[in-house]
Amino acid sequence: MFDIVSFIPRAVAQSIPLLFGSTGETITEKCGNLNLGIPGVMYVGAISGVIGSFFYEQSTENMHAFPAIAIPVLCCLAGSLLMGLLYSFLTVTLRANQNVTGLAITTFGVGFGNFFGGSLIKLTGSEVPSIALSRTNAYFARSLPFAAKTGWFGKIFFSYGFLAYLAIVIALIASYVLGHTRVGLQLRAVGESPATADAAGINITKYKYVTTCLGCMIAGLGGLYYVMDYASGVWSNDAFGDRGWLAIALVIFTIWRPNISILASMLFGGLYILYLYIPSGMNLSTKEIYKMFPYLVTIVVLVISSMRNKRENQPPASLGLNYFREDR
Amino acid sequence: MKNKTKAPLFHITKRKMLPWHRRWFIRLIGILLSFVVCAIITMVMTGLNPVEVASSLVYGAFGTPRKCWILGQEVAILLCVALALTPAFRMRFWNLGGEGQILVGGLACAACMILIGDKVPNGLLIFIMLVSSVAAGAAWALLPAICKAKWNTNETLFTLMMNYVGIQLVAYFTIVWEVPKGSGKIGIINQNTNAGWLPQVGPSKYFLNILIVLALTVIIYIYMRYSKHGYEIAVVGESENTARYAGIKVGKVIIRTLLLSGALCGLAGFLLVGGTNHTITTTIAGGRGFTAVMVAWLAKFNPIGMIFSSLLLVFFSQGASEISTAFSLNHSFGDILTGIILFFIIGSEFFINYRIHFRKS
Repeated sequence: MFDIVSFIPRAVAQSIPLLFGSTGETITEKCGNLNLGIPGVMYVGAISGVIGSFFYEQSTENMHAFPAIAIPVLCCLAGSLLMGLLYSFLTVTLRANQNVTGLAITTFGVGFGNFFGGSLIKLTGSEVPSIALSRTNAYFARSLPFAAKTGWFGKIFFSYGFLAYLAIVIALIASYVLGHTRVGLQLRAVGESPATADAAGINITKYKYVTTCLGCMIAGLGGLYYVMDYASGVWSNDAFGDRGWLAIALVIFTIWRPNISILASMLFGGLYILYLYIPSGMNLSTKEIYKMFPYLVTIVVLVISSMRNKRENQPPASLGLNYFREDR
Repeated sequence: MKNKTKAPLFHITKRKMLPWHRRWFIRLIGILLSFVVCAIITMVMTGLNPVEVASSLVYGAFGTPRKCWILGQEVAILLCVALALTPAFRMRFWNLGGEGQILVGGLACAACMILIGDKVPNGLLIFIMLVSSVAAGAAWALLPAICKAKWNTNETLFTLMMNYVGIQLVAYFTIVWEVPKGSGKIGIINQNTNAGWLPQVGPSKYFLNILIVLALTVIIYIYMRYSKHGYEIAVVGESENTARYAGIKVGKVIIRTLLLSGALCGLAGFLLVGGTNHTITTTIAGGRGFTAVMVAWLAKFNPIGMIFSSLLLVFFSQGASEISTAFSLNHSFGDILTGIILFFIIGSEFFINYRIHFRKS
């Protein structure tokens, strides 16, 4: 039988890293930067948080709630901010090719995550190739107090750690700022036509730097959520997988709208784990086909939105292009 | 309040094309600086003597004849993918789908080896493998190309997504064909009969791959530089409107070029499966579709330059894997070093293309 009450919480838990990643990437792309480094940034964010809480757990016996949460979050934000700064410096100041820079960041970030993950594993001297931060996980995964009492309703809506709600709040804020504020308008102007925006007195460099760094920090939180909450505080190398690319797919799927991304990421999360719930008998191969769905739907959306050619559904016009004032 | 606004501390202007030796000089400085940073980072993170690390880096790449052959083979495959992507990049079509195109090429090749391996003579089998790999790779690139030509669909994102469809397709067939059942992998195909294995030519089993790719380098160089197709690609890349005005059918050029691009990626899959690994896994492309983007870009899409840029990157990944074994470090250390070197090379392009004027005091 299809068990919807257990399916939805798992789909949602699966969706949160994607939501963080896609919100971060959406605002980055809105300012015209196609940051293909997001998968790497999410690794860096995750491992930075892990390093922070690892040393905190090692240093004290009785942990307090505030530092147990604040240390990993701040480490994660700092790590992803540095990656964002690196990307912005290379593409905005040095005007390097965005695709190449992004891919280099991904190479670096995934390597960085796995290297330090591996080093920490060696430091603990454990037999299994993973680090378990179960005490930190207890703080991150603490759900709302009334979740258990309200039955299936609580399980579907209240059973998540605070980062999950934060993801939704950030997505809503991002969507509001992009669509309804002056800052958002100027940001979109930078992404659509930097030359026009520049002529209107908007500081292109500042906008691109701030948005890209913010985007990276949001995406980094997705990595943190994955380790601390979804994976119950267990870091193992390469476990994060291709979720970063799925987040980029989600950006297109939602046609650059973070508020749609909240539901769409849950759809993707559901598609990601659907194979667990569909009775395929002994045939394991079918589940690999199901895993293809998120990408196939994204392609269909991409093609259809380009076919219909509605102006509000297009990628930002200067996406992937660097701005140099003296270019003609 | 000061009313007088100062001139900014510096401003940037675009340079005219520098002569080639100045360009390479700037890049060389970038690479040397990156070496210094890598040495410092190696020292800080691992506490090892950088000279020792550097010597084992070189040993890892060139230490034994066997290591040299592996290096040559790796360079050849990476170069093949970079060559495949070049025509598309010249046209400003960002084909980030190399990974998927290699995989489906390899998958088609493996399918032939498994399904008709014992039914047809070996020569014919290899021919069928080649044709089907190339066709599969081309088909994987054709879809984004058609959409780009018809509706101007964003090709970067489309080809990126096609990678994962390809990976899942391979994962599916891996389970369908797994040997033994339940192991989750195919294992060496036709181990006993060697049906469909590319014959060994010359001193090493890798030699044939290297020869094929060298020939390909020359062909692509000529194709891009001296053929009418190459010229059309360059014009479309510079300006689609100019191309249209000159009577070039832009859609046709896009589709034709991407067919070529995908076909060559399929060829890389064929060389990997038929020539080297004799098996297929989801990781057989090993990120080459992405690394090749950087290889092609570093060489500024010049096929001869790509020999050097792919050699540089492969040298580092091979050497770094030696370091990680020798000093029992994590394998990913190589990725960190590669990343740092790439950042520096990417950054050095700025000083080739732009000039900084400081304010005159």
